[in-house]
Order: sequence, then structure tokens, then C-alpha cells
Amino acid sequence: MIEASRIPILKIEEFLVASVQVELYDKSAVMFKENLLERIYETKAKGMILDLTAVEVVDSFMGRIITEVGAMAALMGTRVVITGLQPAVAITLVELGLELEGVYTALNLEKGIVALRRMIAEGEE
Amino acid sequence: MPRERTVPIRSDLDIVTARVEGRELAKELGFGVIDQARIATAISELTRNIVQYAEQGEAIMRPVEVSGRVGLEIICQDEGPGIPDVGLAMQDGFSTSTSLGMGMPGAKRLMDEFEIESEIGIGTTVIIRKWLR
Repeated sequence: MIEASRIPILKIEEFLVASVQVELYDKSAVMFKENLLERIYETKAKGMILDLTAVEVVDSFMGRIITEVGAMAALMGTRVVITGLQPAVAITLVELGLELEGVYTALNLEKGIVALRRMIAEGEE
Repeated sequence: MPRERTVPIRSDLDIVTARVEGRELAKELGFGVIDQARIATAISELTRNIVQYAEQGEAIMRPVEVSGRVGLEIICQDEGPGIPDVGLAMQDGFSTSTSLGMGMPGAKRLMDEFEIESEIGIGTTVIIRKWLR
């Protein structure tokens, strides 16, 4: 079984970056969500990128986890941007009826960092 | 034609096995990446229902050919409690468990064909199909 704790959550300046490269089982997805929130608390990161470039299936369970990470991090004062959703994943999410409401997305990691910087700057004005 | 595969469903680990096998079979049959994702996602939703409501069951995946058309058929069956009101279970947002209730109607939208039979105390069988275009 893939341990959620083996997904690295890296800190770069004031941001956290986590890239999911493995198939997450339901229980490991829940554990991963908790790990992300703990790392936010420990590092006081202002923003977090959740990179899903390598993820091939986002079903309703995983979709809910993603939405929850965004909402929970927001309660802690941290912005989350999802990056790298594959076209096939975006298509199935919409057809499934899940549009990840309230979740910010960007095409790739680079654009995600730009979006985070902008969101944080707007928040500090 | 690729061979038929059966994946026993007992835990969340088997949900991943089933969708990986289903995607593999879809690829072997010549489905494109978007249909592969639709098929894998539908399998994920239906096998999760088995784990959540029936505890155990199986997913049978096989190539089908009907009057020259080739497709992929997936049968998800369990001997669980059965669904009291199938019509209600097919409505968006309806759920008696912890999911968002997107599973069944979502799987139906992702596939070309969707059939369900459920009997209280006997179990539930869902058959989904996707045809090669």
C-alpha cells in the first residue's frame, strides 16, 4: 500500500508544493489531506500548490478530498491552487457533475505560483 | 480480443485495482485516453458503492461485440442489502452514505449504456458499456 506520508510536501519560499505521482487509495487520500493541513500549520505557508499532472483518475471521492483541502486551508488562511489537471480528468469531472467549486486551478506549476502570488498580494492590500 | 478479467472487491485497495485493470483493457481495445478516463472513473464510482454499501462483491470486465460493434462491458455485482429505491439512487446528490451521491448518475453519464438491477436482501448488479466509435 502506498503510504500517503511518502508524497513529499516541499517548501519553497512561502509556498508549499505537493505533487501526487501515485494512485491514491481512499484511506491514503484522507491521510494525505491531513498531512497537507499539518504541514501548512507547521510551516505557516501563505499558499500551497497541489499538482495533479500525473493523476489519471479523479472520481467523486478524490474530487471531494480536493475541494475539502481548499476549504480547510482557506480556514487556516492559506490559499490553495490545483495545477496540471489533464484534459481527460477535466472532462470526466464535469461529466460526473463535479466542478470543484471554490477551488482555484492553473494550467501548470509556473502559472500556479503566479496565481498564488497575485491572490496573496490582493489579500494584503 | 483481450481476455475477460474479474477483480474481487473487498476494500478501497480493490477499487484502484479494478480501475487500473479496466483502463488497461480499454486501452487494449483501442479506446482513446478520454474514454479510458471515463471508463476508469465509472468503475471507481461503482466499485466504491460495493465497498460502502455491500462490503464485498466483484467487477467483471470484458470485451463485447454486437453486430459488428466492439465495446467494453463492466459488470459490478454484490450480494449486499440492495437499493430500496433505484430511481432515487439515480438522482444527482442523493446518497445514504458518506459520498456526495454522484456515483451512480455520474457513472451513467460517463458511459454509453447503464443497467441496474437491485433486490432487497439479494444484492445489486450494475452493467455499464462503452462502445468504440
